[in-house]
Amino acid sequence: MKRIIATCLIAAAAGMAATSSFAQAGKTLDQIKQRGYLSCGSNPGLAGFGLPDDKGNYAGLDVDLCRAISAAIFDDPNKVKFIPLTAKDRFTALQSGEIDVLARNGTWTQSREADLGLLFAGVNYYDGQGFMIRKKLNVASALKLEGASVCVQQGTTTELNLADYFRSNNIKYEGVVFATSDEALKAYDSGRCDAYTTDASGLYSERLRTVNPDEHMVLPEIISKEPLGPAVRKGDDQWYDIVRWTHFAMVNAEELGVTKANVDEKAKSATPEIKRLLGSEGDFGKAMGLSKDWAYRIVKHVGNYGEVFEKNVGEGSKLKIRRGLNNLWTKGGIQYAPPVR
Amino acid sequence: MSQSDPKLNINSSVRQNVFVRQESIAARQPPIPTRGVLAWINDNLFATPLSGFVTLACIALVALVVPDLIRYLFIDAIWSAEDGVPCRVEGTGACWAFVERKLSFFVYGSYPREMVWRVNLTLLMGALLVGWLLIPRLPAKRLASVLFFIAYPVAGYWLAYGFEGVLPKVSTNLWGGVFVSLLVALVGIVMSLPIGIVLALGRRSHMPIVKFVSIVLIEFVRGVPLITVLFMANTMLPLFVPQELTPDRLLRPLIGVSIFTGAYTAETIRAGLQAMPKGQFEGAMSLGLSYWQMMRLIILPQALTMVIPGIVNSFISLFKDTTLVAVVGIFDFLRAIEVARLDPVWAGPSLSTTGYVFAALFYWVFCYSMSRYSQNLEARLAVGRRR
Repeated sequence: MKRIIATCLIAAAAGMAATSSFAQAGKTLDQIKQRGYLSCGSNPGLAGFGLPDDKGNYAGLDVDLCRAISAAIFDDPNKVKFIPLTAKDRFTALQSGEIDVLARNGTWTQSREADLGLLFAGVNYYDGQGFMIRKKLNVASALKLEGASVCVQQGTTTELNLADYFRSNNIKYEGVVFATSDEALKAYDSGRCDAYTTDASGLYSERLRTVNPDEHMVLPEIISKEPLGPAVRKGDDQWYDIVRWTHFAMVNAEELGVTKANVDEKAKSATPEIKRLLGSEGDFGKAMGLSKDWAYRIVKHVGNYGEVFEKNVGEGSKLKIRRGLNNLWTKGGIQYAPPVR
Repeated sequence: MSQSDPKLNINSSVRQNVFVRQESIAARQPPIPTRGVLAWINDNLFATPLSGFVTLACIALVALVVPDLIRYLFIDAIWSAEDGVPCRVEGTGACWAFVERKLSFFVYGSYPREMVWRVNLTLLMGALLVGWLLIPRLPAKRLASVLFFIAYPVAGYWLAYGFEGVLPKVSTNLWGGVFVSLLVALVGIVMSLPIGIVLALGRRSHMPIVKFVSIVLIEFVRGVPLITVLFMANTMLPLFVPQELTPDRLLRPLIGVSIFTGAYTAETIRAGLQAMPKGQFEGAMSLGLSYWQMMRLIILPQALTMVIPGIVNSFISLFKDTTLVAVVGIFDFLRAIEVARLDPVWAGPSLSTTGYVFAALFYWVFCYSMSRYSQNLEARLAVGRRR
């Protein structure tokens, strides 16, 4: 009996010690610096956003955002530990403090911010539901899909958006539902449907999985809003700023024409915006707990937003996604970053 | 016959009483063979009209499927390619070039390529020790089991994970592929036996608390699907314990799988314990053996032998269940295949089939060898009870 009581006491004491150390746990940035790497929740497999290559190294748009954060903190884009997360455990992993930032093509919604205690730090990809059709149908717009059959995955918001869109535009269509996206794509590819619908970012990679990708095209219409971006926990505003401004720095760099290749040269430029961004004037990183050349490090190691976009999902990749909404605000898109000053 | 036969001439007086056949017997039909190929076919394939019909139907089915299968898997298959383009051509079969290119990812996941020798060495050590333990002819089984159950886990952990100052650390988020599948299966199998024995004995114990705890644990774990256990281990555990004490992401499913298989094994072992005649217990006790001596020396060796098929059955099902760890973000073998087929460089219609055929082959080889070994083991251990 004595022994049992003693064991219980020891366990309780250990528990209390552990809890108190948890309460003392400092800010996210200090923890990251102390541990020596950034812990980044990533997608286990989405072409162009987060996908391991032949050697198992992660590559993609979201992956590069994490590398950029690591570059800003450590001056080294490789001090990132990528933790592959499924759709089900991604938010818990962030809430429990297991990861510092979740860059896993998560859609920014009101309830996720209000209920789950998360903050979305920006939008690094404006996604939305789109359509893929055969080129030989000779249809240039989704509004011309009168009477078409559409393959779609069952029980998803995709299915609901599809119904809403066609109903509000008074177009008749035949929805053909499948349990998995694999089956839906296969049915479309074998000619069962005229069109296939899912999020546009996915459409481009699904297109590559058809028998003859060149016969298919993605229609320009986007029928839903899916802003994808990195998320952090509420309660550490400094860390939120770092993630948010890492993305903004990349967008600003593109706008100012600063690229991975010319960043050293541009650092000597006389343009005040560039000087402030790259840290040759002022010390804008200090308030975020970073060095003054934080943005220089990002561009030097990872590149500006446009470069990263083209490399991972744009013309430089197999996906060949058009910039569209993700173009700079000066070029007809809505990627807009507040100035560094 | 003719008069000139000398033998008959000698005893001509007896001749009247002797019957001598005058003409040769007509040749009879040869008997239906009871041995040989034809006999076997007759007995096994065409014994009755129904079985003859079934045989023909099966032959037709095989003839229908196999040539296409062979064409798809071998003749039309693409054996080497730089990217997915040749595999995309209409009429081509399996894309083995994809498997070849991604093989290292399938086996090691994201483990740094310059250090995969550590994984290889770990797996090789494991294979040698398992072989030593399982092949009956080899000597010094006690040494082998000490090495396998105590030295190997420590050495394997140091080798694969790294050791301060000697080998650089490779954190578990980079582990993946076949390595992780085997790790989960091996840990589950090794841990489930002690857990199962303790729980089985606990459930039959006369101490109320021990009995109650065992029953609750077994019934609770058996009452929920493995996926639920994994989710609990993966998403709830980190919320309950402080951040610093959170177990590693790979360790969580390992704990979950061990407890889950342990609960099932416990029930299998309990069946063995209950099948033991009462006399064995009484005999052991009358010799003055303590509880643990009785269990270790008399009861468990017999009880475990009886339930080998059941235990191996749960091992086989565990081996296949390891694919479920993918739902908590672990890159096991199957998950690695599923992710690799999304690679835009290779993406194409034939990749899913190729990948899944390869996975099926892998799981089949492992499960079938386990099942064969268990049959062999059973036959060997049942010698004493043979009648």
